[in-house]
Amino acid sequence: MLENTALPRKAPLKPPLDTRYQVETPEGIDLPLRPAGLMVRSLAFGIDLGIRGAILGVLFLLLAFLGQLGMGLGSLLLFAVSWWYMVLFEVLRQGRSPGKQWMGLRVIHDDGTPIGWSASLLRNLLRFVDLLPFGYFLGAISCLQHPTFKRLGDIAAGTLVVYSERALLRPQLPDAQPRSSPVPLNLGEQRALLAFAERQAELSPARVNELAALLAQPLHISAPKAVSELNGIARGLLGPT
Amino acid sequence: MKQSLFEARHKAEWERFTLALERLEHGKDTSQAASFPKVYRRLCQHLALAQERGYSSFLIDSLQQLVLRGHQQLYRHRSRFGANLLGFILADFPRLVRAEWPFVLAAGLMFFGSLIGFASLVYAFPELIYNLIPAEQVRDMQSMYDPVAGHLGRSAERAASEDWVMFGYYVMHNIGIAFQTFASGLLLGVGSAFFLFYNGLIIGAVAGHLTEIGFGQTFWSFVIGHGAFELSAIALAGAAGLKLGWAVIAPGRLTRGEALVEAARKSVLLVCGVTLFLLIAAFIEAYWSSKTGVTPPIKYAVGAALWLAVAAYLLFAGRTRHAPE
Repeated sequence: MLENTALPRKAPLKPPLDTRYQVETPEGIDLPLRPAGLMVRSLAFGIDLGIRGAILGVLFLLLAFLGQLGMGLGSLLLFAVSWWYMVLFEVLRQGRSPGKQWMGLRVIHDDGTPIGWSASLLRNLLRFVDLLPFGYFLGAISCLQHPTFKRLGDIAAGTLVVYSERALLRPQLPDAQPRSSPVPLNLGEQRALLAFAERQAELSPARVNELAALLAQPLHISAPKAVSELNGIARGLLGPT
Repeated sequence: MKQSLFEARHKAEWERFTLALERLEHGKDTSQAASFPKVYRRLCQHLALAQERGYSSFLIDSLQQLVLRGHQQLYRHRSRFGANLLGFILADFPRLVRAEWPFVLAAGLMFFGSLIGFASLVYAFPELIYNLIPAEQVRDMQSMYDPVAGHLGRSAERAASEDWVMFGYYVMHNIGIAFQTFASGLLLGVGSAFFLFYNGLIIGAVAGHLTEIGFGQTFWSFVIGHGAFELSAIALAGAAGLKLGWAVIAPGRLTRGEALVEAARKSVLLVCGVTLFLLIAAFIEAYWSSKTGVTPPIKYAVGAALWLAVAAYLLFAGRTRHAPE
Protein backbone atom coordinates (compact mmCIF):
# COMPACT_ATOMS: atom_id res chain seq x y z
CA MET A 1 0.00 0.00 0.00
CA LEU A 2 1.26 3.41 -0.84
CA GLU A 3 1.62 6.07 1.78
CA ASN A 4 -1.66 7.87 1.89
CA THR A 5 -0.58 11.25 0.60
CA ALA A 6 -3.48 11.64 -1.80
CA LEU A 7 -6.90 12.80 -0.70
CA PRO A 8 -9.50 10.40 0.64
CA ARG A 9 -12.55 10.04 -1.56
CA LYS A 10 -14.98 12.38 0.15
CA ALA A 11 -12.59 14.99 1.46
CA PRO A 12 -13.17 18.58 0.35
CA LEU A 13 -10.51 19.75 -2.07
CA LYS A 14 -7.60 21.58 -0.54
CA PRO A 15 -6.78 24.93 -2.12
CA PRO A 16 -4.34 24.15 -4.92
CA LEU A 17 -0.64 24.74 -4.41
CA ASP A 18 -0.30 26.74 -7.60
CA THR A 19 -2.06 30.01 -8.45
CA ARG A 20 -5.22 28.37 -9.73
CA TYR A 21 -8.41 29.90 -8.43
CA GLN A 22 -11.43 27.66 -7.87
CA VAL A 23 -14.93 28.90 -8.60
CA GLU A 24 -17.77 26.75 -7.40
CA THR A 25 -20.69 26.79 -9.83
CA PRO A 26 -24.35 26.34 -8.80
CA GLU A 27 -24.07 22.76 -10.09
CA GLY A 28 -21.49 21.99 -7.42
CA ILE A 29 -18.59 21.83 -9.85
CA ASP A 30 -15.26 23.47 -9.07
CA LEU A 31 -14.00 25.36 -12.09
CA PRO A 32 -10.28 26.11 -11.95
CA LEU A 33 -9.31 29.49 -13.40
CA ARG A 34 -5.72 30.51 -13.98
CA PRO A 35 -5.17 34.16 -13.00
CA ALA A 36 -2.56 36.02 -15.02
CA GLY A 37 0.36 37.67 -13.27
CA LEU A 38 1.89 41.12 -13.50
CA MET A 39 4.36 40.52 -16.31
CA VAL A 40 2.02 39.10 -18.93
CA ARG A 41 -0.58 41.72 -18.04
CA SER A 42 1.86 44.58 -18.47
CA LEU A 43 2.87 43.17 -21.85
CA ALA A 44 -0.78 43.05 -22.89
CA PHE A 45 -1.22 46.61 -21.68
CA GLY A 46 1.86 47.69 -23.62
CA ILE A 47 0.42 46.23 -26.81
CA ASP A 48 -2.89 47.99 -26.20
CA LEU A 49 -1.07 51.25 -25.54
CA GLY A 50 0.77 50.91 -28.85
CA ILE A 51 -2.43 50.17 -30.74
CA ARG A 52 -4.18 53.15 -29.18
CA GLY A 53 -1.26 55.38 -30.05
CA ALA A 54 -1.34 54.16 -33.65
CA ILE A 55 -5.12 54.69 -33.94
CA LEU A 56 -4.89 58.22 -32.58
CA GLY A 57 -1.89 59.05 -34.75
CA VAL A 58 -3.60 57.94 -37.96
CA LEU A 59 -6.89 59.62 -37.07
CA PHE A 60 -5.27 62.91 -36.16
CA LEU A 61 -3.41 62.92 -39.47
CA LEU A 62 -6.71 62.38 -41.30
CA LEU A 63 -8.60 64.92 -39.18
CA ALA A 64 -5.94 67.56 -39.73
CA PHE A 65 -7.38 67.93 -43.24
CA LEU A 66 -10.83 68.68 -41.85
CA GLY A 67 -9.80 71.84 -40.01
CA GLN A 68 -12.14 73.06 -37.26
CA LEU A 69 -14.55 70.18 -37.54
CA GLY A 70 -11.58 67.85 -37.31
CA MET A 71 -10.40 69.48 -34.08
CA GLY A 72 -13.77 68.93 -32.42
CA LEU A 73 -13.90 65.37 -33.66
CA GLY A 74 -10.31 64.94 -32.51
CA SER A 75 -11.12 65.86 -28.91
CA LEU A 76 -14.10 63.55 -28.90
CA LEU A 77 -11.94 60.76 -30.33
CA LEU A 78 -9.21 61.36 -27.80
CA PHE A 79 -11.82 61.09 -25.08
CA ALA A 80 -13.37 57.98 -26.59
CA VAL A 81 -10.08 56.20 -27.15
CA SER A 82 -8.54 57.05 -23.81
CA TRP A 83 -11.55 56.16 -21.65
CA TRP A 84 -13.60 53.73 -23.75
CA TYR A 85 -11.17 51.62 -25.77
CA MET A 86 -10.75 48.99 -23.07
CA VAL A 87 -14.41 49.00 -22.01
CA LEU A 88 -15.76 48.49 -25.51
CA PHE A 89 -13.33 45.70 -26.35
CA GLU A 90 -13.79 43.93 -23.03
CA VAL A 91 -17.57 43.92 -23.13
CA LEU A 92 -18.12 43.31 -26.82
CA ARG A 93 -15.32 40.79 -27.39
CA GLN A 94 -15.70 38.42 -24.43
CA GLY A 95 -13.24 40.18 -22.16
CA ARG A 96 -10.44 40.46 -24.69
CA SER A 97 -8.80 43.69 -25.75
CA PRO A 98 -6.39 43.18 -28.67
CA GLY A 99 -3.40 43.14 -26.32
CA LYS A 100 -5.03 40.59 -24.04
CA GLN A 101 -6.01 38.46 -26.99
CA TRP A 102 -2.44 38.50 -28.19
CA MET A 103 -1.14 37.38 -24.80
CA GLY A 104 -3.93 34.80 -24.43
CA LEU A 105 -5.72 36.60 -21.59
CA ARG A 106 -9.29 37.59 -20.89
CA VAL A 107 -11.19 39.48 -18.20
CA ILE A 108 -14.09 37.85 -16.38
CA HIS A 109 -16.05 38.45 -13.19
CA ASP A 110 -14.43 36.66 -10.28
CA ASP A 111 -17.37 34.24 -10.15
CA GLY A 112 -16.48 33.02 -13.64
CA THR A 113 -19.23 34.84 -15.55
CA PRO A 114 -18.45 37.06 -18.56
CA ILE A 115 -17.67 40.68 -17.79
CA GLY A 116 -20.47 43.26 -18.19
CA TRP A 117 -20.68 46.99 -18.72
CA SER A 118 -20.70 48.05 -15.12
CA ALA A 119 -17.71 45.99 -14.00
CA SER A 120 -15.68 46.84 -17.08
CA LEU A 121 -16.41 50.55 -16.74
CA LEU A 122 -15.40 50.43 -13.07
CA ARG A 123 -12.14 48.60 -13.53
CA ASN A 124 -11.13 50.93 -16.32
CA LEU A 125 -12.15 54.13 -14.54
CA LEU A 126 -10.21 53.06 -11.46
CA ARG A 127 -7.17 52.56 -13.67
CA PHE A 128 -6.54 56.21 -12.83
CA VAL A 129 -5.76 55.22 -9.23
CA ASP A 130 -3.64 52.25 -10.27
CA LEU A 131 -1.55 54.65 -12.33
CA LEU A 132 -0.65 56.72 -9.26
CA PRO A 133 1.83 58.07 -8.32
CA PHE A 134 3.58 57.15 -11.60
CA GLY A 135 3.73 54.25 -14.07
CA TYR A 136 1.16 51.89 -12.50
CA PHE A 137 3.01 51.88 -9.17
CA LEU A 138 -0.05 51.23 -6.97
CA GLY A 139 -1.49 48.79 -9.49
CA ALA A 140 1.74 46.80 -9.60
CA ILE A 141 2.03 46.66 -5.80
CA SER A 142 -1.58 45.55 -5.47
CA CYS A 143 -1.14 42.99 -8.26
CA LEU A 144 1.99 41.52 -6.68
CA GLN A 145 0.59 41.09 -3.19
CA HIS A 146 -2.85 39.78 -4.17
CA PRO A 147 -3.33 35.99 -4.31
CA THR A 148 -5.12 36.25 -7.67
CA PHE A 149 -3.08 39.20 -8.99
CA LYS A 150 -5.80 41.85 -8.89
CA ARG A 151 -5.00 45.49 -9.25
CA LEU A 152 -7.08 48.00 -7.29
CA GLY A 153 -9.57 48.40 -10.12
CA ASP A 154 -10.07 44.64 -10.27
CA ILE A 155 -10.66 44.44 -6.51
CA ALA A 156 -13.35 47.12 -6.60
CA ALA A 157 -15.02 45.83 -9.76
CA GLY A 158 -14.82 42.17 -8.71
CA THR A 159 -13.05 41.13 -11.90
CA LEU A 160 -10.21 38.79 -12.68
CA VAL A 161 -7.75 38.56 -15.56
CA VAL A 162 -7.24 34.90 -16.47
CA TYR A 163 -5.52 32.90 -19.17
CA SER A 164 -8.03 31.88 -21.80
CA GLU A 165 -8.44 28.17 -22.21
CA ARG A 166 -6.56 26.55 -25.09
CA ALA A 167 -7.77 23.59 -27.06
CA LEU A 168 -6.34 20.36 -25.64
CA LEU A 169 -4.77 17.71 -27.83
CA ARG A 170 -5.46 14.12 -26.96
CA PRO A 171 -2.16 12.67 -25.71
CA GLN A 172 -0.98 9.42 -27.25
CA LEU A 173 -0.64 6.75 -24.58
CA PRO A 174 2.43 4.52 -24.99
CA ASP A 175 1.70 0.96 -26.12
CA ALA A 176 1.57 -1.63 -23.37
CA GLN A 177 -0.35 -4.71 -22.38
CA PRO A 178 -3.26 -3.58 -20.17
CA ARG A 179 -3.08 -5.08 -16.69
CA SER A 180 -4.65 -4.43 -13.34
CA SER A 181 -2.76 -2.86 -10.49
CA PRO A 182 -1.22 -5.27 -7.99
CA VAL A 183 -2.30 -3.05 -5.10
CA PRO A 184 -5.54 -1.07 -4.75
CA LEU A 185 -5.04 2.53 -5.77
CA ASN A 186 -6.88 5.53 -4.43
CA LEU A 187 -8.17 8.37 -6.54
CA GLY A 188 -5.12 10.60 -6.49
CA GLU A 189 -2.82 7.67 -7.21
CA GLN A 190 -4.94 6.62 -10.19
CA ARG A 191 -4.75 10.10 -11.63
CA ALA A 192 -1.03 10.29 -10.99
CA LEU A 193 -0.45 7.03 -12.87
CA LEU A 194 -2.62 8.15 -15.77
CA ALA A 195 -0.84 11.48 -15.87
CA PHE A 196 2.49 9.65 -15.94
CA ALA A 197 1.36 7.76 -19.02
CA GLU A 198 -0.22 10.78 -20.71
CA ARG A 199 2.77 13.05 -20.20
CA GLN A 200 5.43 10.52 -21.07
CA ALA A 201 6.05 11.95 -24.52
CA GLU A 202 6.98 15.31 -22.98
CA LEU A 203 9.61 13.82 -20.64
CA SER A 204 13.12 12.66 -21.38
CA PRO A 205 13.64 8.86 -21.25
CA ALA A 206 16.02 9.23 -18.31
CA ARG A 207 13.44 11.14 -16.31
CA VAL A 208 10.74 8.61 -17.23
CA ASN A 209 12.92 5.76 -15.95
CA GLU A 210 13.79 7.67 -12.81
CA LEU A 211 10.14 8.34 -11.97
CA ALA A 212 9.12 4.78 -12.73
CA ALA A 213 11.91 3.37 -10.57
CA LEU A 214 10.54 5.28 -7.59
CA LEU A 215 7.25 3.46 -7.93
CA ALA A 216 8.59 -0.03 -8.61
CA GLN A 217 9.02 -1.05 -4.99
CA PRO A 218 5.70 0.22 -3.47
CA LEU A 219 3.67 -1.18 -6.40
CA HIS A 220 5.47 -4.56 -6.30
CA ILE A 221 6.49 -4.48 -9.95
CA SER A 222 9.81 -5.44 -11.40
CA ALA A 223 12.22 -2.52 -11.41
CA PRO A 224 13.84 -3.02 -14.88
CA LYS A 225 10.46 -3.17 -16.62
CA ALA A 226 8.85 -0.52 -14.39
CA VAL A 227 8.00 1.88 -17.24
CA SER A 228 6.13 -0.62 -19.37
CA GLU A 229 4.44 -2.08 -16.28
CA LEU A 230 3.22 1.39 -15.23
CA ASN A 231 1.97 2.08 -18.77
CA GLY A 232 0.17 -1.24 -18.61
CA ILE A 233 -1.53 -0.30 -15.35
CA ALA A 234 -2.51 3.07 -16.84
CA ARG A 235 -4.02 1.33 -19.87
CA GLY A 236 -5.75 -1.05 -17.55
CA LEU A 237 -7.30 1.86 -15.69
CA LEU A 238 -8.56 3.31 -18.96
CA GLY A 239 -9.99 0.27 -20.64
CA PRO A 240 -10.76 -3.44 -20.31
CA THR A 241 -8.21 -5.70 -18.69
CA MET B 1 -17.10 1.95 -15.27
CA LYS B 2 -13.79 2.13 -17.11
CA GLN B 3 -12.85 5.42 -18.72
CA SER B 4 -12.84 4.17 -22.31
CA LEU B 5 -16.40 2.86 -21.98
CA PHE B 6 -17.52 6.12 -20.35
CA GLU B 7 -15.94 8.12 -23.15
CA ALA B 8 -17.41 5.94 -25.87
CA ARG B 9 -20.84 6.25 -24.36
CA HIS B 10 -20.93 10.05 -24.07
CA LYS B 11 -18.60 11.18 -26.80
CA ALA B 12 -21.35 12.03 -29.25
CA GLU B 13 -23.17 14.12 -26.67
CA TRP B 14 -20.03 16.10 -25.84
CA GLU B 15 -19.39 16.78 -29.49
CA ARG B 16 -22.93 18.04 -29.96
CA PHE B 17 -22.47 20.28 -26.92
CA THR B 18 -19.22 21.67 -28.34
CA LEU B 19 -21.00 22.55 -31.57
CA ALA B 20 -23.86 24.22 -29.69
CA LEU B 21 -21.30 26.20 -27.68
CA GLU B 22 -19.53 27.39 -30.80
CA ARG B 23 -22.81 28.56 -32.28
CA LEU B 24 -23.72 30.45 -29.09
CA GLU B 25 -20.25 31.98 -28.76
CA HIS B 26 -20.48 33.41 -32.22
CA GLY B 27 -23.96 34.63 -31.40
CA LYS B 28 -25.40 32.94 -34.47
CA ASP B 29 -28.01 30.35 -33.94
CA THR B 30 -29.99 30.37 -30.70
CA SER B 31 -32.69 27.98 -31.84
CA GLN B 32 -31.45 25.18 -29.60
CA ALA B 33 -30.89 27.48 -26.64
CA ALA B 34 -33.88 26.07 -24.79
CA SER B 35 -32.29 22.65 -24.36
CA PHE B 36 -28.92 24.14 -23.48
CA PRO B 37 -29.26 24.27 -19.66
CA LYS B 38 -30.29 20.62 -19.51
CA VAL B 39 -27.38 19.47 -21.63
CA TYR B 40 -25.04 21.70 -19.66
CA ARG B 41 -26.13 20.17 -16.35
CA ARG B 42 -25.65 16.66 -17.73
CA LEU B 43 -22.13 17.67 -18.67
CA CYS B 44 -21.57 18.91 -15.12
CA GLN B 45 -22.66 15.51 -13.89
CA HIS B 46 -20.24 13.80 -16.27
CA LEU B 47 -17.43 15.99 -14.99
CA ALA B 48 -18.29 15.18 -11.39
CA LEU B 49 -18.36 11.46 -12.22
CA ALA B 50 -15.07 11.66 -14.05
CA GLN B 51 -13.43 13.35 -11.08
CA GLU B 52 -14.96 10.96 -8.61
CA ARG B 53 -13.81 7.91 -10.56
CA GLY B 54 -10.27 9.17 -11.01
CA TYR B 55 -10.30 9.31 -14.79
CA SER B 56 -7.30 10.74 -16.60
CA SER B 57 -6.31 14.40 -16.49
CA PHE B 58 -6.90 14.85 -20.21
CA LEU B 59 -10.55 13.83 -19.95
CA ILE B 60 -11.17 15.87 -16.81
CA ASP B 61 -9.43 18.93 -18.20
CA SER B 62 -11.35 18.87 -21.45
CA LEU B 63 -14.66 18.37 -19.62
CA GLN B 64 -13.71 21.23 -17.33
CA GLN B 65 -13.09 23.47 -20.32
CA LEU B 66 -16.47 22.57 -21.79
CA VAL B 67 -18.19 23.27 -18.47
CA LEU B 68 -16.39 26.58 -18.12
CA ARG B 69 -17.46 27.64 -21.59
CA GLY B 70 -21.00 26.49 -20.90
CA HIS B 71 -21.00 28.39 -17.62
CA GLN B 72 -19.96 31.54 -19.47
CA GLN B 73 -22.94 31.16 -21.78
CA LEU B 74 -25.50 30.24 -19.15
CA TYR B 75 -24.76 32.63 -16.30
CA ARG B 76 -24.61 36.40 -16.66
CA HIS B 77 -24.71 39.34 -14.30
CA ARG B 78 -27.84 41.29 -14.95
CA SER B 79 -26.89 44.64 -16.35
CA ARG B 80 -28.61 47.45 -14.50
CA PHE B 81 -28.33 50.08 -17.15
CA GLY B 82 -28.27 50.02 -20.89
CA ALA B 83 -31.27 47.72 -20.87
CA ASN B 84 -33.58 50.48 -19.74
CA LEU B 85 -31.81 53.76 -20.11
CA LEU B 86 -35.06 55.66 -19.86
CA GLY B 87 -35.95 54.11 -16.51
CA PHE B 88 -32.49 54.96 -15.26
CA ILE B 89 -32.79 58.60 -16.29
CA LEU B 90 -36.36 59.08 -15.13
CA ALA B 91 -36.21 57.31 -11.80
CA ASP B 92 -33.23 55.19 -10.82
CA PHE B 93 -30.57 57.88 -10.96
CA PRO B 94 -32.35 60.53 -8.86
CA ARG B 95 -33.43 57.79 -6.44
CA LEU B 96 -29.86 56.65 -6.09
CA VAL B 97 -28.69 60.22 -5.48
CA ARG B 98 -31.27 60.60 -2.71
CA ALA B 99 -30.39 57.22 -1.22
CA GLU B 100 -26.72 58.24 -1.02
CA TRP B 101 -27.55 61.65 0.47
CA PRO B 102 -24.83 61.62 3.17
CA PHE B 103 -22.12 61.36 0.53
CA VAL B 104 -23.84 63.81 -1.78
CA LEU B 105 -24.16 66.26 1.11
CA ALA B 106 -20.52 65.84 2.13
CA ALA B 107 -19.27 66.23 -1.44
CA GLY B 108 -21.58 69.18 -2.04
CA LEU B 109 -20.32 70.93 1.08
CA MET B 110 -16.69 70.35 0.14
CA PHE B 111 -17.11 71.55 -3.43
CA PHE B 112 -19.57 74.42 -3.11
CA GLY B 113 -18.14 75.36 0.29
CA SER B 114 -14.67 75.79 -1.15
CA LEU B 115 -16.10 77.49 -4.26
CA ILE B 116 -18.13 80.07 -2.34
CA GLY B 117 -15.46 80.44 0.33
CA PHE B 118 -12.68 81.26 -2.11
CA ALA B 119 -14.95 83.43 -4.25
CA SER B 120 -15.72 85.63 -1.24
CA LEU B 121 -12.11 85.60 -0.07
CA VAL B 122 -10.80 86.72 -3.45
CA TYR B 123 -13.59 89.29 -3.73
CA ALA B 124 -12.64 90.71 -0.33
CA PHE B 125 -8.85 90.49 -0.81
CA PRO B 126 -8.20 90.88 -4.57
CA GLU B 127 -4.43 90.28 -4.37
CA LEU B 128 -5.06 86.77 -3.11
CA ILE B 129 -5.82 85.58 -6.66
CA TYR B 130 -2.13 85.77 -7.57
CA ASN B 131 -1.29 83.42 -4.72
CA LEU B 132 -3.81 80.87 -5.97
CA ILE B 133 -3.53 81.00 -9.75
CA PRO B 134 -0.47 81.84 -11.91
CA ALA B 135 -0.52 85.39 -13.25
CA GLU B 136 -0.58 84.28 -16.92
CA GLN B 137 -3.74 82.27 -16.42
CA VAL B 138 -5.34 85.20 -14.64
CA ARG B 139 -4.52 87.36 -17.65
CA ASP B 140 -6.01 84.77 -20.04
CA MET B 141 -9.17 84.62 -17.96
CA GLN B 142 -9.46 88.39 -17.99
CA SER B 143 -9.12 88.68 -21.74
CA MET B 144 -11.64 85.86 -22.18
CA TYR B 145 -14.37 87.59 -20.21
CA ASP B 146 -13.50 91.18 -21.11
CA PRO B 147 -16.88 92.88 -21.70
CA VAL B 148 -15.31 95.24 -24.28
CA ALA B 149 -14.26 92.36 -26.53
CA GLY B 150 -17.87 91.37 -27.12
CA HIS B 151 -17.42 87.64 -27.34
CA LEU B 152 -17.47 84.90 -24.79
CA GLY B 153 -15.81 81.72 -23.74
CA ARG B 154 -12.60 81.38 -25.68
CA SER B 155 -11.00 84.19 -27.63
CA ALA B 156 -11.70 85.06 -31.31
CA GLU B 157 -15.00 85.14 -33.12
CA ARG B 158 -16.78 81.86 -32.93
CA ALA B 159 -18.40 80.37 -35.96
CA ALA B 160 -20.75 77.41 -35.76
CA SER B 161 -17.90 75.04 -36.48
CA GLU B 162 -16.07 76.44 -33.48
CA ASP B 163 -19.00 75.63 -31.21
CA TRP B 164 -18.42 72.08 -32.29
CA VAL B 165 -14.72 72.30 -31.44
CA MET B 166 -15.57 73.59 -28.00
CA PHE B 167 -18.16 70.87 -27.52
CA GLY B 168 -15.49 68.25 -28.11
CA TYR B 169 -13.10 70.05 -25.82
CA TYR B 170 -15.62 70.39 -23.00
CA VAL B 171 -16.64 66.75 -23.23
CA MET B 172 -13.06 65.54 -23.01
CA HIS B 173 -11.93 67.98 -20.37
CA ASN B 174 -14.91 67.95 -18.01
CA ILE B 175 -15.71 64.26 -18.13
CA GLY B 176 -12.02 63.57 -17.61
CA ILE B 177 -12.09 65.70 -14.44
CA ALA B 178 -15.26 63.98 -13.20
CA PHE B 179 -13.73 60.53 -13.79
CA GLN B 180 -10.59 61.55 -11.91
CA THR B 181 -12.61 62.93 -9.03
CA PHE B 182 -14.50 59.65 -8.80
CA ALA B 183 -11.60 57.23 -9.24
CA SER B 184 -9.28 58.88 -6.76
CA GLY B 185 -11.92 58.28 -4.09
CA LEU B 186 -10.53 54.77 -3.84
CA LEU B 187 -7.62 56.25 -1.87
CA LEU B 188 -9.74 56.31 1.30
CA GLY B 189 -11.74 59.20 -0.15
CA VAL B 190 -8.78 61.56 0.11
CA GLY B 191 -8.42 61.92 -3.67
CA SER B 192 -12.05 62.84 -4.19
CA ALA B 193 -11.95 65.30 -1.31
CA PHE B 194 -8.84 66.87 -2.80
CA PHE B 195 -10.30 67.24 -6.30
CA LEU B 196 -13.58 68.61 -4.94
CA PHE B 197 -11.75 71.16 -2.84
CA TYR B 198 -9.23 72.03 -5.55
CA ASN B 199 -11.78 72.49 -8.33
CA GLY B 200 -13.93 74.55 -5.97
CA LEU B 201 -10.90 76.67 -5.19
CA ILE B 202 -10.01 77.38 -8.82
CA ILE B 203 -13.55 78.09 -9.96
CA GLY B 204 -14.28 80.17 -6.86
CA ALA B 205 -11.10 82.21 -7.17
CA VAL B 206 -11.74 82.97 -10.84
CA ALA B 207 -15.35 83.91 -10.15
CA GLY B 208 -14.40 86.16 -7.24
CA HIS B 209 -11.64 87.84 -9.20
CA LEU B 210 -13.68 88.51 -12.35
CA THR B 211 -16.57 89.88 -10.32
CA GLU B 212 -14.22 92.10 -8.36
CA ILE B 213 -12.64 93.69 -11.46
CA GLY B 214 -16.08 94.34 -12.95
CA PHE B 215 -16.32 91.53 -15.52
CA GLY B 216 -19.11 89.96 -13.51
CA GLN B 217 -21.80 90.46 -16.12
CA THR B 218 -20.00 88.59 -18.92
CA PHE B 219 -18.72 85.87 -16.60
CA TRP B 220 -21.90 85.05 -14.70
CA SER B 221 -24.17 85.20 -17.73
CA PHE B 222 -21.80 82.81 -19.46
CA VAL B 223 -21.45 80.21 -16.72
CA ILE B 224 -24.87 80.19 -15.10
CA GLY B 225 -26.55 78.02 -17.74
CA HIS B 226 -24.25 75.05 -18.01
CA GLY B 227 -23.05 75.48 -14.42
CA ALA B 228 -26.27 73.88 -13.23
CA PHE B 229 -25.28 70.59 -14.81
CA GLU B 230 -21.53 70.88 -14.68
CA LEU B 231 -21.07 71.85 -11.04
CA SER B 232 -23.64 69.41 -9.70
CA ALA B 233 -22.07 66.68 -11.83
CA ILE B 234 -18.63 67.31 -10.29
CA ALA B 235 -20.16 67.21 -6.82
CA LEU B 236 -21.95 63.94 -7.62
CA ALA B 237 -18.79 62.39 -9.05
CA GLY B 238 -17.06 63.34 -5.80
CA ALA B 239 -19.91 61.78 -3.82
CA ALA B 240 -19.46 58.53 -5.74
CA GLY B 241 -15.73 58.64 -4.98
CA LEU B 242 -16.32 59.32 -1.29
CA LYS B 243 -18.64 56.33 -1.17
CA LEU B 244 -15.83 54.11 -2.46
CA GLY B 245 -13.42 55.47 0.11
CA TRP B 246 -15.92 55.14 2.93
CA ALA B 247 -16.52 51.48 2.07
CA VAL B 248 -12.82 50.87 2.68
CA ILE B 249 -12.69 52.94 5.87
CA ALA B 250 -15.88 51.60 7.45
CA PRO B 251 -16.94 48.35 5.77
CA GLY B 252 -19.53 47.50 8.42
CA ARG B 253 -20.25 43.80 8.67
CA LEU B 254 -18.66 42.86 5.36
CA THR B 255 -15.00 42.33 4.64
CA ARG B 256 -13.30 45.37 3.13
CA GLY B 257 -13.15 43.71 -0.27
CA GLU B 258 -16.84 42.83 -0.30
CA ALA B 259 -17.87 46.23 0.99
CA LEU B 260 -15.82 47.85 -1.75
CA VAL B 261 -17.38 45.73 -4.49
CA GLU B 262 -20.84 46.51 -3.12
CA ALA B 263 -20.17 50.27 -2.96
CA ALA B 264 -18.50 50.28 -6.37
CA ARG B 265 -21.54 48.72 -7.96
CA LYS B 266 -23.68 51.66 -6.87
CA SER B 267 -21.02 54.30 -7.47
CA VAL B 268 -20.58 53.33 -11.08
CA LEU B 269 -24.27 54.03 -11.66
CA LEU B 270 -23.77 57.46 -10.15
CA VAL B 271 -20.85 58.00 -12.52
CA CYS B 272 -23.03 57.08 -15.49
CA GLY B 273 -25.55 59.72 -14.42
CA VAL B 274 -22.70 62.20 -14.00
CA THR B 275 -21.49 61.47 -17.53
CA LEU B 276 -24.96 62.19 -18.84
CA PHE B 277 -25.08 65.48 -16.92
CA LEU B 278 -21.72 66.51 -18.32
CA LEU B 279 -22.76 65.73 -21.89
CA ILE B 280 -25.76 68.02 -21.41
CA ALA B 281 -23.52 70.64 -19.80
CA ALA B 282 -21.04 70.52 -22.70
CA PHE B 283 -23.88 70.91 -25.14
CA ILE B 284 -25.31 73.93 -23.34
CA GLU B 285 -21.87 75.44 -22.88
CA ALA B 286 -20.97 75.15 -26.54
CA TYR B 287 -24.28 76.12 -28.12
CA TRP B 288 -26.14 78.33 -25.64
CA SER B 289 -23.80 79.91 -23.08
CA SER B 290 -21.50 81.26 -25.76
CA LYS B 291 -24.27 82.96 -27.76
CA THR B 292 -23.52 86.67 -27.77
CA GLY B 293 -26.84 87.71 -29.29
CA VAL B 294 -28.78 86.87 -26.15
CA THR B 295 -29.01 89.59 -23.51
CA PRO B 296 -27.73 88.79 -19.99
CA PRO B 297 -31.19 89.01 -18.32
CA ILE B 298 -32.49 86.22 -20.54
CA LYS B 299 -29.39 84.16 -19.80
CA TYR B 300 -29.87 84.66 -16.08
CA ALA B 301 -33.52 83.63 -16.37
CA VAL B 302 -32.71 80.51 -18.38
CA GLY B 303 -29.81 79.72 -16.06
CA ALA B 304 -31.99 80.01 -12.97
CA ALA B 305 -34.60 77.81 -14.61
CA LEU B 306 -31.93 75.18 -15.34
CA TRP B 307 -30.68 75.23 -11.74
CA LEU B 308 -34.26 74.80 -10.52
CA ALA B 309 -34.81 72.00 -13.02
CA VAL B 310 -31.71 70.13 -11.86
CA ALA B 311 -32.67 70.55 -8.22
CA ALA B 312 -36.25 69.46 -8.86
CA TYR B 313 -35.05 66.50 -10.91
CA LEU B 314 -32.68 65.24 -8.23
CA LEU B 315 -35.19 65.86 -5.43
CA PHE B 316 -38.47 64.72 -6.91
CA ALA B 317 -38.00 62.53 -9.96
CA GLY B 318 -38.90 58.90 -9.43
CA ARG B 319 -40.77 59.44 -6.17
CA THR B 320 -43.94 57.91 -7.54
CA ARG B 321 -43.58 54.22 -8.10
CA HIS B 322 -45.60 53.76 -11.24
CA ALA B 323 -44.51 56.63 -13.43
CA PRO B 324 -41.39 55.41 -15.24
CA GLU B 325 -42.13 51.70 -15.20
